[in-house]
Amino acid sequence: MSARVEKPPAAEVDRPTRLRLYQLMVELRDFEQRAYELFLENLVRGTSHLALGQEAISAGYAVAMRADDYTFCTYRGHGHTLARGASMAAAMAELLGRGNGMLHGKGGSMHLTDVKHGAMGSYAIVGAHLPIAAGAAWSAQVRKSGQVAVCFFGDGTTNIGAFHEALNLAVIWKLPVVFVCENNQYMEYTPIRSVTAVEHPAADRASAYGLEPILVDGNDADVMYETARQTIDTARTGGGPSLVEALTYRHGGHSRADPAKYRPDAEVREWLSRDPVTRYRERLLAAGIGEAEVNEIETRAQQKVDAATEEARKGAPAAVDGIERQVWSDGGAAWRN
Amino acid sequence: MAELSFREAIAAGIAQEMERDPMVYFIGEDVGAAGGVFKATVGLFERFGPDRVRDTPISEQAIIGAAMGAAMTGLRPIAEIMFSDFLATCWDMIANQVAKTRYMTDGQVSIPLVIRTANGGGTRFGAQHSQSLENWAMAVPGLKVVAPSTPADAKGLLAAAIRDPDPVIFFEQKSLYGVKGEVPDGEHVERLGEAKVRRDGNDCTIVALAAMVPKAMQAAEQLAADGIQATVVDVRSLVPLDTQTILREVVKTGRLFTVEENPRLCGWGAELASIVADECFDDLDGPIVRITTPHVPLPAADVLEDAAMPSVERIRQTVRSSMR
Repeated sequence: MSARVEKPPAAEVDRPTRLRLYQLMVELRDFEQRAYELFLENLVRGTSHLALGQEAISAGYAVAMRADDYTFCTYRGHGHTLARGASMAAAMAELLGRGNGMLHGKGGSMHLTDVKHGAMGSYAIVGAHLPIAAGAAWSAQVRKSGQVAVCFFGDGTTNIGAFHEALNLAVIWKLPVVFVCENNQYMEYTPIRSVTAVEHPAADRASAYGLEPILVDGNDADVMYETARQTIDTARTGGGPSLVEALTYRHGGHSRADPAKYRPDAEVREWLSRDPVTRYRERLLAAGIGEAEVNEIETRAQQKVDAATEEARKGAPAAVDGIERQVWSDGGAAWRN
Repeated sequence: MAELSFREAIAAGIAQEMERDPMVYFIGEDVGAAGGVFKATVGLFERFGPDRVRDTPISEQAIIGAAMGAAMTGLRPIAEIMFSDFLATCWDMIANQVAKTRYMTDGQVSIPLVIRTANGGGTRFGAQHSQSLENWAMAVPGLKVVAPSTPADAKGLLAAAIRDPDPVIFFEQKSLYGVKGEVPDGEHVERLGEAKVRRDGNDCTIVALAAMVPKAMQAAEQLAADGIQATVVDVRSLVPLDTQTILREVVKTGRLFTVEENPRLCGWGAELASIVADECFDDLDGPIVRITTPHVPLPAADVLEDAAMPSVERIRQTVRSSMR
């Protein structure tokens, strides 16, 4: 039996929340587009994994989270990190390998982290951060802090052992953690359905861990916000973990190196017509929010990205004397006396 | 001073730190009511309860991942991996996550985590339950690596590892669990990164780790009968490595022998040989000699395992022929 996509919740999302959701989505969209442009200028070295098209998931959860909740995400983590309030300039500078980068050049695009905003790291080995998120939730549970850990991962993660180990542990220990599968249909180049035993890689596995299958439209910010509210509330009130599968689509390839030619044109057109940002814009207008107000949000987002880019580009290259720093808690890297 | 077995000293070290710090939690497979498969954690479950001494499923990735996530957010977990061979099942967690996250975030997080694991041969368990893997851990920047040789150190170094703000892989040699020795009464904490001179002699320096230390000591006694006075240095901690003590002893005697339970290639002794060759070459009176298990998976049968691992006799013969 296959899980079903749940209908958008009946509850109306209030106007300030909607404006906040839209603002965040537009900011994340503009940041990723700018990052892409900087690749083309060859200012971003190495690789980068953009989340263009997946903004509703980042925004929906971030808006529903408490300031001290924990986010754990993957190498496709710019959006999740920024959505928690991390500095856009510091993120951009990290992509550029500058000393004013979020990690002073030592992590790069795939490891954006901003602990003071609850962004507990972007992890680049598929599946690894699910047990780690469970551990943060365990810590919150025994410290009775009321914090919740939210862990985002891709569809490909559902076939790796750490996914199953983490889910089982989270359930038996009743941990305050929410696992959110962003099913963007492709692992890297291969369609997830062609390598997975079930149709819905996360939702159809939920019952194996005694969890409700939750399959939602990941391109609908209202749906994501409501799903986030409910699953976070369950975790915070002692109801244990949830496993959410959010259906979405990345607009670009897996990484910088991937033009995504393997995707059928009709499929791409179909998903682009469900772009979470343009769709939400239409919804706001239909709900009676004035176009001027929407335009204002968009202008401000563009200005924010411009300012962040300018600040990032002004940064000096990452400092070479940082290489042998921060292996250990004493700030150094000494392994002998 | 009380006489404790090595395994009792492990439990005593954990108990001492759990008593002292309510943020210390202990998880692993069969560590709770069962007291650990090597009975190194007997009594902790009864004393500290099922919340702080937690049994886990057979999920090594979840064990290490959960311990890491908890360490990043305020706890000081101790995670047990039953056999060090099983580190391979969670090596991503250890080598990619635990070891690197502080560095990659340029110090945004600390990971005060101890991973205890039963290591090494001598128990006829075969190649998947007998490896001596301290060199795996030593090869990864961001991990501290400790391997005690006595019950006193089992307690004192474990306590130090638990208090350390960084991840420590704590190797407990299976062949030592039953060994008894004096352990100081009351709170006992050693320092990581200090080697100890266990025996003093002027003719050569034998550097050994964990279960190889008592073998080196016995060999040194026999060598004395042959007219060779050996210093024996117990490394205790591979990272951080107390090169000062080792270099001082090598300079004093002019000769270095390492005794390593690990298979030959890239054992800790190779790194030590490199350091000694770099920094006190002119003080050497002869070649640096490594005594190791050959570069094979450890065989199971008693005669094979005994012949493969460095023995008292092999240490004695190697040193004697090299000193001739």
